[in-house]
Amino acid sequence: MDDIQFDVLTEIGNIGAGNATTALSQLIDTKVDMNVPKVEMLTFTEFSELVGGAENLVAGILLSLEGDVDGMMMFVVESKAAHMLVNQLMGLGSPSDVNNKDFSDIEESALKEIGNIIAGAYLSSISSLTNMLITSSVPYLAVDMAGAIFSVPAIEFGKMGDKALLIESRFTDLDVDISGYFILIPTLESYNKMLKSLGL
Amino acid sequence: MAEMIKVGMADLNICHSPNAITTLGLGSCVGVALYDKTTQIAGLVHVMLPDSTKVRQNQNKAKFADTGIDLLIQMLAKEGVRRQSLTAKIAGGAQMFAFSSDNYMLRVGERNVEAVKMKLRSLGIRILAEDTGLNYGRTVEFFPATGDFVIKAVGKPVRTI
Repeated sequence: MDDIQFDVLTEIGNIGAGNATTALSQLIDTKVDMNVPKVEMLTFTEFSELVGGAENLVAGILLSLEGDVDGMMMFVVESKAAHMLVNQLMGLGSPSDVNNKDFSDIEESALKEIGNIIAGAYLSSISSLTNMLITSSVPYLAVDMAGAIFSVPAIEFGKMGDKALLIESRFTDLDVDISGYFILIPTLESYNKMLKSLGL
Repeated sequence: MAEMIKVGMADLNICHSPNAITTLGLGSCVGVALYDKTTQIAGLVHVMLPDSTKVRQNQNKAKFADTGIDLLIQMLAKEGVRRQSLTAKIAGGAQMFAFSSDNYMLRVGERNVEAVKMKLRSLGIRILAEDTGLNYGRTVEFFPATGDFVIKAVGKPVRTI
């Protein structure tokens, strides 16, 4: 990946993450501040060590991309943060314990919906930027070790090179600090199509 | 004090008893431990993709089942370990997300396991034990002193194979 391509993906990521944060804010009806997303190229080992180390418990919501772009899009938050988001969305009188490893069925659905909405916002901004039709599958959820969750996008990046592109957005929601990670992984073919439609 | 040698994603290393070797949070990747009982030397490779010939960017040999296992055998050979005396234990290759579609791209865990097995078979290296597939992440630790391959997963009892 050369510098120009990196810049393009960075810009796409910035715009997508900005929109996604706005969508999240509306969804949980709370003012969510977002810092400027951090975009980095990481080695696979660094990548799997994100969000508190390879063995830290995280929730990953994954959608596969269809239409003009094939690939996948993933949103990752720490399991604890995922509980906080769900509690906020469902407005429970007695919120579930954020340290609980498990999510109930209804919490899982809520979490998938959060993923769906923010991924949708992310994708629609990319769609209009590139003039390409991008649709996504239903969201899939997994709660497991960060290394194992990140292995899924890492493998896709592995086909293109030895590094992975990551866009980290840190949300601040009143008193809780929630870090979320957006990862967009077009297939090599789609990636070239995207660059082409941007005139590169 | 014995040391725990860490192997990253798309990485590999070797280890002498009494030290141990580990890789954390295997998802769809496969951890392949090769072991020589006599010298108590082991190697571990964290394989991400099945086939180096299908990918143009294939400089990093440890990333692929075929070239990763070859490279690990070469490293072990430098320590005086013969290929004929090696046995293998493998873990990982999970499908982390429960996709309803049978999208080829998403079944990479299964394909990684198949590729590892095929490579080992072609080299005549016997697989003594495996803990592969299913839908959860695994941390693995190999102990060359005993040949134990210890597998840890979230919310599951520790398993030794």
